[in-house]
Amino acid sequence: MTLPLNDLLAILPELIVAGTACLVLALDPLTPMAKKDWLAWLSLGALIVCIGVTASQLGGVVSAFSDLVIIDPYACFWKLLLYGGSALTILLSMSYLKEERIHLAEYYGFLLLSLAGMMIMVSAADLLTIYLGLELMSLALYVLAGFKRAESRSLEASAKYFVLGSFSSGILLYGISLLYGLTGSTRLSAIAVATSMLGLDDPAMLLAMILLVVGFGFKIAVVPFHMWTPDVYEGSPTSVTAFMAVASKVASFAAFMRVFLEALGGLKGNWEWLFLVLCVATLVLGNVVAIVQTNIKRMLAYSSIAHAGYAMIGVVVAGQAEAESSIRTLGLSSVMLYLAVYSFMTLGAFAVVAMVRKAGVDGDEIEDFAGLSARHPMAALLMLVFMVSLAGIPPTAGFIGKFYLFMAAIKAGLTWLAIIAVVLTAISAYFYLRVVMVMYMRDPQPVSRSAPRFVASPAMTVVLACALAGVVLLGLFPNTLVSLTAQSVLVLK
Amino acid sequence: MLSAVIFLPLVGVALLFAVRDAAVRATALVVTIITFIVSLPLWFQFDPHQAQMQFAERADWISVPPISYSVGLDGISLPLVIMTTFLMPLCVLASWRAIGTRLREFMACLLVMETAMVGVFSALDFVLFYVFWEVMLIPMYLLIGVWGGPNRLYAAIKFFLYTLAGSVLLLVAIIVLFFQGGQTFDIQLLSKVEYSAALQPWLFWAFFIAFAVKVPMFPFHTWLPDAHVEAPTAGSVVLASVLLKMGAYGFLRFTLPLLPDATATFTPIMITLSLIAIIYGAYMALAQTDLKKLIAYSSVSHMGFVTLGIFALNEQGIEGAISQMVNHGLTTGALFLCVGMIYERTHSRLIMDNTGLAGPMPRYATCLVIFALSSLGLPGTNSFVGEFLVLVGTFFWSRLAAVIATLGIILAAAYMLWMVQRVAFGLPAKAQASHLSDLNWREMVILSPLVLLVFWIGVYPSPLLTPMHQTVNRLVERVEHDKGGLVARGGGHGDTHESVSRLWGRMP
Repeated sequence: MTLPLNDLLAILPELIVAGTACLVLALDPLTPMAKKDWLAWLSLGALIVCIGVTASQLGGVVSAFSDLVIIDPYACFWKLLLYGGSALTILLSMSYLKEERIHLAEYYGFLLLSLAGMMIMVSAADLLTIYLGLELMSLALYVLAGFKRAESRSLEASAKYFVLGSFSSGILLYGISLLYGLTGSTRLSAIAVATSMLGLDDPAMLLAMILLVVGFGFKIAVVPFHMWTPDVYEGSPTSVTAFMAVASKVASFAAFMRVFLEALGGLKGNWEWLFLVLCVATLVLGNVVAIVQTNIKRMLAYSSIAHAGYAMIGVVVAGQAEAESSIRTLGLSSVMLYLAVYSFMTLGAFAVVAMVRKAGVDGDEIEDFAGLSARHPMAALLMLVFMVSLAGIPPTAGFIGKFYLFMAAIKAGLTWLAIIAVVLTAISAYFYLRVVMVMYMRDPQPVSRSAPRFVASPAMTVVLACALAGVVLLGLFPNTLVSLTAQSVLVLK
Repeated sequence: MLSAVIFLPLVGVALLFAVRDAAVRATALVVTIITFIVSLPLWFQFDPHQAQMQFAERADWISVPPISYSVGLDGISLPLVIMTTFLMPLCVLASWRAIGTRLREFMACLLVMETAMVGVFSALDFVLFYVFWEVMLIPMYLLIGVWGGPNRLYAAIKFFLYTLAGSVLLLVAIIVLFFQGGQTFDIQLLSKVEYSAALQPWLFWAFFIAFAVKVPMFPFHTWLPDAHVEAPTAGSVVLASVLLKMGAYGFLRFTLPLLPDATATFTPIMITLSLIAIIYGAYMALAQTDLKKLIAYSSVSHMGFVTLGIFALNEQGIEGAISQMVNHGLTTGALFLCVGMIYERTHSRLIMDNTGLAGPMPRYATCLVIFALSSLGLPGTNSFVGEFLVLVGTFFWSRLAAVIATLGIILAAAYMLWMVQRVAFGLPAKAQASHLSDLNWREMVILSPLVLLVFWIGVYPSPLLTPMHQTVNRLVERVEHDKGGLVARGGGHGDTHESVSRLWGRMP
């Protein structure tokens, strides 16, 4: 059997990323310790090539491998976002890994493999392809979570993530097989046709849908499938946490929305209330529990749960049974906008956390940030901007993201949901501002006072500058991104 | 030109981080003075015969949904903008010696505040307004939290959360208005729409929470004494003189013209809350031993007059409210500056530590007495103008309300005079009191323009009142447009009593 060239061209970015991952792993033993940076630069180069390829695919819709994969603007948007997130993660990792003394080139190999999995997820048009991508992403992440081999917290994170993750993958697979049994296909388009004829009240269908919700809910960390998040985020190396919080969540959201709106769109009547409950529960729990955290990575973990809740608002809006297409478009595009904004501010925040990590200072406790404004005014100012943006206060991007979500909710008649969300936003300001308070209004602790003054490495500076530019420019001039999301929104029947 | 006033301070922030340490103060001062000078032509070129927005500027900002950068001034916002730009150089001067640490960041916060405050008063797009409204939270939070007093962390977060919690519902209300008012965020277009009677109460209360926290109206005032006491002098001045006005401005700009029916329905509640604030604030002020707290509670009382005037819903009341906003800004700002000056000398804000200052500090005592008399509304000083008009307006609405409000003035006389009696003329508290130096040239420069304005506006308020006539007329027409009832009582007397405000206004 020969593979048609067109199909291979369609998945060229995936091939490049996976190929580079293998190349990095193969070159690793041949590269001297001091030159490991070269492999990071090689990975970055591959990503830049991918950005070019995907940007050239942005306009059209191509399906490949007899509809297993689809390259549409929706997929391309997410891929571009994933490249950005991964590139910044690689840059962020370089100095952080050296600080942790785990600067090994496998790291970049696994990172790229995980990215390849995510890319397959976002452009999959078949449930099995999605599953394939999801497993590739997760397996690489399990390894990355335990990358600080010497530290028990990291190993615990890895084991916990692996056990719970495999469990949720299993549940997802059950859901897929049930759907296959009911509809006779794993193609999203074929399922859509079959479900619209099957009717709503088949209990097996309901079960299949619930199993899918559990599987995806685990990956995007919505309540009540969020239990793993704080422990895994806390234990993993900070750069990996950033990658999980941003890229893995973004990719899972993309696949989740495609499955539910495209394949299971006919079952809206069944899942709209379910999503509404999940959304409110996620918003409330994420924002409220974050208040009592003293570890900044745990706090950011709960904050990422809360942000998944905000993004869910858009999914709920798009899933309204009687919504007109303009409302669905607004709902979906606001999710895309929000996740793009979320990526920048979350990466920025984790970059500062990674930077504060120094011999003698963990940088994990919020108290470690005491007096940061005196020790490193620039880092403190950046963290201030990221926290303000996470809290959704203008003129930062976080405000714009929330603004569109609330617009969508109110347009769809869910004003009460918008009210719950804004009230929780006000509550969230408390824990984000606590970081600001500690940085600006507390004196440094004795340990951190004696710690060496840290300087940001050039790579770290690039990461922070990109994240800052994203947060500020998207806050002041969101036009381009807004129109991009509106164009690349999932085409729904 | 208006945009220049809004964004000059931001340019100043960039400059601050470029200059040497020694030049930070001077840079901030020059920037604020230039901003004030640039804002003066707005005052002189303002055409008082027009009710519409002047100096309007507009640029597209976000295309979907249509949000524009749109600014302009009318008779309500003009005095507040000028007051803001006028006070900022004084704030910088007041922080000359008082701020020792992280001066650059302090001045940067002040300048960002100035941009946000002028932006709030001149925004003509609802989202733009909200952006400026919220932007101001962070620098104010830092001003209180970094440079404030011993209990600053509590005060800063309390200020922040109160204001933020109040204003998030405003965002929901703005978006609801967008969909109900013809897919626009343009404030002028939104104020021409009639909203359904079922919707108006919801929007009214959403607006109310946001604005009432800021004013602050009873019972949302509890953040104010904490924030005032802990904030550095310049922070207190900005807070009292400008921030509190933003709430009252919100009522005038949004609640009244957008929701006239709901306003008429809830006027009795608003008047009652205002009266409670007047009496309660004054009563609390009587009991204070801390000078800043005393002035903070007097602010609650005086802002009660402002909301009283606004919800009297007639020309006299609203014009009185706007004058009272400006006058309270000047007088209370001046009083906070006075407290700051004495705190720099004795390091105490307690009345009992600062008694008998007339002996060692005659110039200081003179200024303090002038501002205290202005604060209690002595005829011939600025506050009398506003309070008198507010009382006239209230009288049309209800005689009982006017009588109760007058009690507030009597109480104001009590707490202010008692304070002056102790601070200026009591027995010197400490042995070293006689070594206290009187005001230096810098402090005289800060206080003398304020003294001048106190008497100028008190004796000849026409320049303050003239620009607002047309705007207020149109606002009152809009509110009275489709209902009788409560407002008509004021309107019925309007013909006979209009001359009262014309007495000062000298409208053609």
